Amino acid sequence: MDTVLAIVIGGLYAAGFYSMLRRSIVKLVIGFILLSNATNLLIFTASGLTRGRPPLVIEGANALAQPHADPLPQALILTAIVIGFGVLAFILVLVHRVYQTIGTDDMDKMKGIDT
Amino acid sequence: MKLLIVLPILIPFATAIASLFVRRWILAQRILGVAGAAGLLGAALALLKMVEGDGIQAVQIGNWPAPYGITLVADLFGAIMVTLAGLMGFAVAVYSLASMDAQREKFGYYSLLHIMLMGVCGAFLTGDLFNLYVWFEVLLISSFVLMALGGERAQIEGALKYVTLNLISSALFLAGIGILYGKIGTLNMADLAYKLSLEPQSNLINSSAMLFLIAFGIKAAIFPLFFWLPDSYHTPPVAVSAIFAGLLTKVGVYVMIRAFTLFFVQDVGFTHTLILVLAGLTMVTGVLGAVAQNEMRRLLSFHIISQIGYILMGLGLFRVLALAGAIFFILHVSIVKVALFLVSGVVERLRGTGQLKELGGLYRAYPCLAVLFIIPAMSLAGIPPLSGFFAKLALVKAGLEMEQYAIVITALGVSLLTLFSMIKIWGEVFWKPEPTKSEYIGSEQPQILKKSQILFLSPIVLLAFLAVLFGLAAEPFFTLATRAAEQLLDPSEYIHAVFGGKP
Repeated sequence: MDTVLAIVIGGLYAAGFYSMLRRSIVKLVIGFILLSNATNLLIFTASGLTRGRPPLVIEGANALAQPHADPLPQALILTAIVIGFGVLAFILVLVHRVYQTIGTDDMDKMKGIDT
Repeated sequence: MKLLIVLPILIPFATAIASLFVRRWILAQRILGVAGAAGLLGAALALLKMVEGDGIQAVQIGNWPAPYGITLVADLFGAIMVTLAGLMGFAVAVYSLASMDAQREKFGYYSLLHIMLMGVCGAFLTGDLFNLYVWFEVLLISSFVLMALGGERAQIEGALKYVTLNLISSALFLAGIGILYGKIGTLNMADLAYKLSLEPQSNLINSSAMLFLIAFGIKAAIFPLFFWLPDSYHTPPVAVSAIFAGLLTKVGVYVMIRAFTLFFVQDVGFTHTLILVLAGLTMVTGVLGAVAQNEMRRLLSFHIISQIGYILMGLGLFRVLALAGAIFFILHVSIVKVALFLVSGVVERLRGTGQLKELGGLYRAYPCLAVLFIIPAMSLAGIPPLSGFFAKLALVKAGLEMEQYAIVITALGVSLLTLFSMIKIWGEVFWKPEPTKSEYIGSEQPQILKKSQILFLSPIVLLAFLAVLFGLAAEPFFTLATRAAEQLLDPSEYIHAVFGGKP
């Protein structure tokens, strides 16, 4: 399972960076989505996969039975998803604004501030 | 007095919320904006005094014991940086009163400024890596909005580049955190330092270290990763440019210094040598870029990059004197840089342009402004007895002691080029006669600022005074920086403070 996820993560990173390097700003947004999801999966995989062992204390026991899934990475990912979602909303508005102001979605045509 | 550690986060937060409530009432927003920044400065000074007297302070948020909950830690370095944030916030808030247009004020400029200050202070105070990521997002998202607020064409283009590069950097930082957690199983910085010191496993840790180096290298604008900075920092209003120049890259540098003195110290021969090489390249490319520019704020933006190189040099040399020099340098360069940006804003306001060839004759017209420019400019170049001289002296001395002659020669050469480009601004903007109006009919009429003159000039006077003070009375500040550096190089006190004396 780890191997499969590692390949998926690598693919997501590659696709994300490829989309970001395209000239269209809409693809920039798509690239950002892929990149943040790849990172979330990376945290999930890097901190170890444990299947079918939720971190819940069984009735009558005093402590968690080993091994159990680590709940912390999932909390981290949850936070990262929320932050990523907020940032995504902002970047969508920004891209819309770029299109309104400049009238193109081609980055090569945005040379207003180059000297 | 644990509350003092939280106050630098709470004060800007409360100010931002309060200014949102009085959105339609600009006068109240302005009063709140300045009062909040002054309060932050006061709280930061009190915190600095407490940390200086009683050693490193830590507070466990929600009373969860150390490695499980979020810890806020104030050591001397962190407290110095928070004080700096308060100072910059205050100077820029006062300057904004005069320079910010009503449109942006109405759209919540002051609340955004304070949310950014909250993020910056949080990043300086947190003792937890994931919490650091969250603070970074707080300060980034408000800086994105500040960058784009107003919606001029150049601003929007600059903001797009700024946002994209910073988001990539955040994603890499998060990946670094994930891998580090997978290996060590903790994200508390003190716990990381403790666990890593028990079982050195440099090969595994280096991958995370490099992800951190790239992520914060983008944020701090070091050598191969700085391209977004000169393309975006000159586009927003001057007050925003100034606070970005004074604080945001410094947050990146702060995290680098924190990470590479506290827990990424397994393989100093590799990581810190790499940092030293990058430092040299950053200095050279930054200053060469600056020499080629013909617009005041673009030129100053490139200087931000070359100055980052000096701070990294202190980290790369990795000994007390060098780190003390780096900390002193951060203080010096933030103050000086903000002052220079504010002066450039006044010049743009007076003449309606920042192009060097269209300016001139300002020395004759406004001699006071010329003096206010030349003090920080000479300080940036490192002319004694101003603040930059002592900062560079410490770095060069440390370099010579460690026989790292290449970086010393680079640092000195770059100082010379810095002087050259400062003289270039001086000659073009202040010294040469004003170009005849007929050549540049397009430029706007100069705006008279008699009424708001004092608001424009008082923050610059304050910062210029500090630049002189840091030079003439360098000793107490340098002692403070040395103590901060000693704390950085000996993490045991930091770990002890976070765990309340347990491990």
